Amino acid sequence: MSDVYIIGAGIHPFGRTAGRSGREQGVFAVRQALADAGLEWSDIGCAYGGSASSGAADIMVNELGLTSLPFVNVANGCATGGSSLASAKYAVASGAFDLALATGFDKHDRGAFNADPASYGLPAWYGQTGMMLTTQFFALKIQRYMQKYGISRKTLGLVAEKAFRNGAKTDHAWRRTEVDLDTILNAPMINDPLTKFMFCSPAEGGVALILASERKMRELGADGVKIANISVRSRPPHSFEVFQAGISVTEGGKPTELASKAAFEGAGIGPEDVDVAQLQDTESGAEIMHMAENGFCADGDQEQWLAEGRTEIGGRLPVNTDGGCLACGEPIGASGLRQVYENVQQLRGRGGARQVPGNPKIGYSHVYGAPGLSAVAILER
Amino acid sequence: MSSLTPIAKNLWTEEAEPHLIGGRLPSGEIVFPMPEGDAAAGVEPYPLLRKGTLWSFTSQEFRPKSPYEGPGEGPHDFKPYLLGYIELPGEVIVESLIVDAAIGDLKLGMPMEFVIVPFNAVHTTFAFRPEKQS
Repeated sequence: MSDVYIIGAGIHPFGRTAGRSGREQGVFAVRQALADAGLEWSDIGCAYGGSASSGAADIMVNELGLTSLPFVNVANGCATGGSSLASAKYAVASGAFDLALATGFDKHDRGAFNADPASYGLPAWYGQTGMMLTTQFFALKIQRYMQKYGISRKTLGLVAEKAFRNGAKTDHAWRRTEVDLDTILNAPMINDPLTKFMFCSPAEGGVALILASERKMRELGADGVKIANISVRSRPPHSFEVFQAGISVTEGGKPTELASKAAFEGAGIGPEDVDVAQLQDTESGAEIMHMAENGFCADGDQEQWLAEGRTEIGGRLPVNTDGGCLACGEPIGASGLRQVYENVQQLRGRGGARQVPGNPKIGYSHVYGAPGLSAVAILER
Repeated sequence: MSSLTPIAKNLWTEEAEPHLIGGRLPSGEIVFPMPEGDAAAGVEPYPLLRKGTLWSFTSQEFRPKSPYEGPGEGPHDFKPYLLGYIELPGEVIVESLIVDAAIGDLKLGMPMEFVIVPFNAVHTTFAFRPEKQS
């Protein structure tokens, strides 16, 4: 298969935008991405996109133009964006299309997500008794991890403090005010050990990326970033995931570890080569655990990494340079593509106040979502 | 409590010392809950151990949205609760409400025991609590 490049990137600011639907935010992002690439909508050969609660993405053609292009709706939970990107990449790499769109958007109600047990194949009592909340899963996972590997509450707080510090420097972020460590640690508890400032919130936003074949990129003279590899994996046997009333006593694999390993192997590079990473941080603990699950450090080393500031923008491996989900919020359909958007900006040197120094060459992004899905994308300049 | 009915049928056994009902797969693996419908084919209902150890735990400090049917009317009378995973040795790790404990009492690996408790105005549910020293 031939190489595929991202030649256009657009984003509608995350957060809350009264009076603009989720899909309209997606259309805004598509138009920005087209302008960035110097293209018209009629140039796009095929499209993949989705949202969790703002309707089907293919309805965007009403606003963008009725060009008759094939537009596939993607619904893959938090991995919707990653799955759209993977599909668009395969469409271009196969030679079927020269230009493809991957897009995602959403607009969620305030407060935590509520899930329907039946749609996850779970009995009604699991939801009725108050055990079917995504926030609980993350708290249960990090609680055990902290005790097994010696991660302190302070380190949880440092992750959130960094997120808001980076968000304050990011145009598309929702939370743009720094929050100090004491405030984070002393905020109301949501699910022990995680306080209010350690969780991301459902939000709104839209992202669009335009993919091109190498030939098309050269023809257009576009400023492209190569997709070195993409890997999407669902859960293996005996894993511990969101919404499980029972877990196997046999410890199983993790979808993130599988997706990460496959993405690195396919790209022919290793974790030590990565210059900037966007890791799923639905809460502080997730960022900590995902540092290890993606192969960047050993379990427990995060305590030292955070204390030494290694994941700061000027550190050895900057993580979540735009403030991640914690500062941007989580519009499910757009969230995974936001990470890729941020890496595209960083690798093009367009990060502004949050630009990673030293001309980063390799960008890594990772999403995780219910019921145990992970998508990793590695970009190369 | 006698007027309360279980939150679901066949979730635990009806006896003086009830057991949660899991399933035994043809491979021998124990799962919880017992699968339903076509997924139950070949799976034998399996009464789970009443005692285990704490695998992880957390608190729920805000009132969950629907389908939560916990006690009370709304946010004003919501009482935070504890939940976690209990490892039943050699069987399965089950998610459960935790009662008769404060968050500060909980430690990974501590002994826990099964109990049926009132849940809301109409139902009972299952929970685990720190094992009482006899």
